[in-house]
Amino acid sequence: MIKYKVSHTTTYEYDAPVAVCQNVVYLTPRTTPYQSCSYHRLTVRPVPASPHRRTDYFGNTASLFSLSTGHRKLQITAHSTVELLERPLPPDGSAAAWEKVREALPQNRTEAGLAEYQFCFPSPRVPMLAELADYGRQSFTPNRPIVEALRDLTHRIKSDFTYDPAATTVNTPIAEAFEKKRGVCQDLAHVMLGCLRPLGLAARYVSGYLRTHQAEDQRRLVGADASHAWVSVYCGEHGWIDADPTNDLLPSTEHITVAWGRDFGDVCPVAGMFVGGGSHRLTVAVDVTPAP
Amino acid sequence: MFQRDKLVGDRSHSQVGFSRITFQKAVFTPEPLAPATPLMTRLTANPNHIFGNYSSMTGVYDEMCDSAGAIRPSWQPFADAIEALGHEEIARRWQQAQEEVRENGITYNAYEGVNGNTRPWELDAFPLVISPEEWSELAIGLRQRAELLDRVLRDLFGPQTLLQRGLLPADWLFSHPGFHREFHKQGIRDGRFLHLYAVDLARAPDGRWWVAGDRTDAPLGVGYALENRVVMSRMLPKVIHDCKVERLAPFFISLRKTLSVLASHRENPRIVILSHGPTGPNYFEDAYLARYLGYTLVEGGDLAVRDDRVFMKTLAGLLPVDVIFRRLSDEYCDPLELRGNPAYGVPGLLQAARLGNVAIANSLGSSIIESPSLIPFLPRIAREWLGEGLLLPSAATWWCGQQQARSDVHSRLGKISVRAAFRVARRESPAPESLWAKSTDELDRLIEARPRDLIGQEQVSRSCGPVWRNGVCDSQRVALRVFLVATKDSYHVMPGGLVCMARASAPLDLSVLGGEVSKDAWVLSNSPVRPVTLLSAGKQSVALRRTGAELPSRVADNLFWLGRHIERAQNACRLLRPVVSRLTSESGSENLPDLAVLVHCLAQHGLVEPGFALESMRELLPTISQVLPTTMLDASQPDSLRSMFTAAHRNAGLVRDRLSLDSWRVLHRVKREFETTAATPRFGLAELLDLLNDLIGDLATFDGLIGESMTRTPAWRFLELGRRLERSQHTLAIVQSLFAVSNENDARALEAVLEVADSIMTYRGRYLAGVNLAPVLDLLLTDETNPRSLVFQLEAIADHVEHLPRDDSQPLRGADQRIALSMLHSARMLDLDSLQEHRASAKSTPLERALTRISTQLPKLSNLIGHRYLIHADLPRQMSEARP
Repeated sequence: MIKYKVSHTTTYEYDAPVAVCQNVVYLTPRTTPYQSCSYHRLTVRPVPASPHRRTDYFGNTASLFSLSTGHRKLQITAHSTVELLERPLPPDGSAAAWEKVREALPQNRTEAGLAEYQFCFPSPRVPMLAELADYGRQSFTPNRPIVEALRDLTHRIKSDFTYDPAATTVNTPIAEAFEKKRGVCQDLAHVMLGCLRPLGLAARYVSGYLRTHQAEDQRRLVGADASHAWVSVYCGEHGWIDADPTNDLLPSTEHITVAWGRDFGDVCPVAGMFVGGGSHRLTVAVDVTPAP
Repeated sequence: MFQRDKLVGDRSHSQVGFSRITFQKAVFTPEPLAPATPLMTRLTANPNHIFGNYSSMTGVYDEMCDSAGAIRPSWQPFADAIEALGHEEIARRWQQAQEEVRENGITYNAYEGVNGNTRPWELDAFPLVISPEEWSELAIGLRQRAELLDRVLRDLFGPQTLLQRGLLPADWLFSHPGFHREFHKQGIRDGRFLHLYAVDLARAPDGRWWVAGDRTDAPLGVGYALENRVVMSRMLPKVIHDCKVERLAPFFISLRKTLSVLASHRENPRIVILSHGPTGPNYFEDAYLARYLGYTLVEGGDLAVRDDRVFMKTLAGLLPVDVIFRRLSDEYCDPLELRGNPAYGVPGLLQAARLGNVAIANSLGSSIIESPSLIPFLPRIAREWLGEGLLLPSAATWWCGQQQARSDVHSRLGKISVRAAFRVARRESPAPESLWAKSTDELDRLIEARPRDLIGQEQVSRSCGPVWRNGVCDSQRVALRVFLVATKDSYHVMPGGLVCMARASAPLDLSVLGGEVSKDAWVLSNSPVRPVTLLSAGKQSVALRRTGAELPSRVADNLFWLGRHIERAQNACRLLRPVVSRLTSESGSENLPDLAVLVHCLAQHGLVEPGFALESMRELLPTISQVLPTTMLDASQPDSLRSMFTAAHRNAGLVRDRLSLDSWRVLHRVKREFETTAATPRFGLAELLDLLNDLIGDLATFDGLIGESMTRTPAWRFLELGRRLERSQHTLAIVQSLFAVSNENDARALEAVLEVADSIMTYRGRYLAGVNLAPVLDLLLTDETNPRSLVFQLEAIADHVEHLPRDDSQPLRGADQRIALSMLHSARMLDLDSLQEHRASAKSTPLERALTRISTQLPKLSNLIGHRYLIHADLPRQMSEARP
């Protein structure tokens, strides 16, 4: 078991006073078979009048709050302590063929089955595109064991794409990111979802944090990290298996899961609307440190 | 006003304008009694009979005639009454009805968001007649469908047993682009999703009504149906009574009751109609319903969520809102959670609804079941849930998201139509028109590529019915939209509906509103029909109220500018009329001194190019004569007369729910006057003079209606403030022009000034001698009994400013009050007696200096009021999002 302390601070600074702002944030880590959250605290400055928490359709915790006192700076900080267990992965070749998983998905109409099946469909930021389906099919060859195929697709995306924050923005369509073969983890995750869903597989977008590796002689840089994104694929009897195309690995104890949904739009860490304010600057600082 | 009309002399505006509106109902001649024996039971080719030449389409059901060509019994009383009225009378009444439709400015924006695409509403002279027996059977099926759909929504946004039991494919819900997970488990107060529901019906050749579509988001047309009935009952009052036509008012009483029950926890609930605004397809209808139901019409920007409660932004501050009758598509309602366009919705609305702080009808999310791809699954859901089949059949539909259905569609291509499976925000994607043109092969490929997005649908061969076209009775296809409103335990079906007619079926299959002409639907009753009105809805005593509905800041802003634009247009007319009449007169250059003052004033108003001097007048006059008529009609020139009226009309359109129907009609008629005049081939000075006379009369009518029919609420004060400010500026400008052209002692110039200020009669009544400067200035500036004088305006302004809503805890006068009082004070202190001596000595007299000061204070006051009350708070914006 590994324990992490996470802090995630989002700061908005405005040129002119903001009269009103309303926010929806997804900053509370989920509880999963391999993750538990022993401490979580959300701090907002200035202090909002009526904060609410609700569980959304996907089981995530959303926090809603609003401010109607004038302010020039808004700071949202989430502190969490999370314990991770190692995730067992089936040895390559032992998992079921991906077609078997695909065929079973629509059959299960229980609540749990529907919760899996819903991730087989296109979503606002991940439309069905033939070119992505073709790209995915090169890894998902007939009768290939699903985990092996998944590993291969993750690897291909990592090698075919260049990590380039300048190439895309938060609203770049996946067709464009795929065409350029450039982007950040959000783009790569969306592209991967766009490869998997047309094959009939259930794949979801995961928002969370990554512990950054440092060279042994260097101290960790506080605040150097940002929030991270990867995907999770339903693999039949093995359940949901995560895949991180940005780092070409299947996450285990270095990825902290905050929320999942169909795409970024379902689980955007901090979203909101405001009145007034002129132009504004946004800074984000994430710190993930192993705790004793 | 009547004095003025006498002055004009040549045409009496009170007859042209006023009587047509006020006495319209009385114009109709009494209807002859229907003869004891039917005039005809069989249609014969008798050209004297209105229905004599009517021939129905072959192979389809005819609404009026049976297969043998005989009039159906339910239509007989109507047909007899129409034949008894005769060709000429029907034509005359229909003409008047058309006129009324145009005067009311009934429009439908066919294409959302595209300005200027409003299309006039076409109403047919004949209704669709439906027998009581047929209707009561239909109503049972409609109620069953409404209850079923409401339950489907409850399930989909709740436990989703439909998916678990396989009654509805999970694929359908999960590939629905309008299924917003945010709407799931909202915790709705009354447990109802569907409060207002509309069904599109088509009658098949076998005489049965088939469901062609459902409207569950925020159904359009309910206001048009009402308006059609209002026009028809003026056109055929006795026929409607004699035929025992069911009234529509009880339906609207139910609607009001349903909405107020939603706010049952509140003593005096505030209910608002949330509209898409003037760019929406049915703004006319929203405004009409707001006025009819007595609710405040708001747009997204008028509402705000604070601490999870919904408020309306008004002049008096934020007022809580309890119920929202939603005319805006649910897709746009909450840009915070649905990330939509911030221009339409209310950020935070969804959370307020979740917490039960506001009730919304229809509930958010209700739109998902108006997608036609749901149709194939409803019969089984009905059997499983209700233990009975659907009473109303619906058009055979296949959702291509299912394999078997896909091959069914494939084998039927060419015989059935292919459409988008899902409707989101009243739009279908792909657009229906884009699919019509496609070949079978193209459609096949499209279905292969996007199966879930498409359906195949058999179209019902629609019935036909009579349409009155230029005195001839034509036969066209029929579409009927009926409306249901939720009651405590079921639904109330509106006895009637919106009928649309078209030569071809296709546009009707797309949308009922796609028809060429609309009709009223008459559901007959077996027993006498008692009149009902919304106002006498209850027997319990009503607490007396003096204020009307509250005033959102945006509305106050529009009223203020309506006042300014109306007055500006009126001033321009009053200024132009003496100029034009002098230019057309025989006297020629004798009028130069007065023309110089007037033209200077025209230039101040931007009506002619500035920079005229007296010396150049003689050369310039021919040019002015030539150019003036056409430039005044030029819609592209911002200062032309036409543009002023367009601005006034636009502002009035934005506050339609605040103006009486008659006031709106006046402005609408003026707009059409300009349109017809602009099309006149030879438009010269004489024609311009005619137009000016008409306009001055129309505007006087408008003034009279505002003065006599608007209650003295803040709404009226803002309209008045705009007008008074504008008129003050105008009066000042006239006097300043008089001094500027330096011929203030010229009697002709003074007379011209009096004419512009509409004070010539008063002057003559008061002074027998010739025209002199001091009395003229007194009349124009300091006479507080003259409604055109400067002091009169400033007194009114000070009074209005004094009565604007303000914070009572502030003991001192506000800046707006101080400036209004200061202007009034200086105007009262104007010294006219010593004018002559000063005039001889100094270049600028104390009087002129005082006037200059007032003319700089006026715009300051206008700005102060704007900042304090009117200028909108910024629109909410989306915050930047950090990406991982």
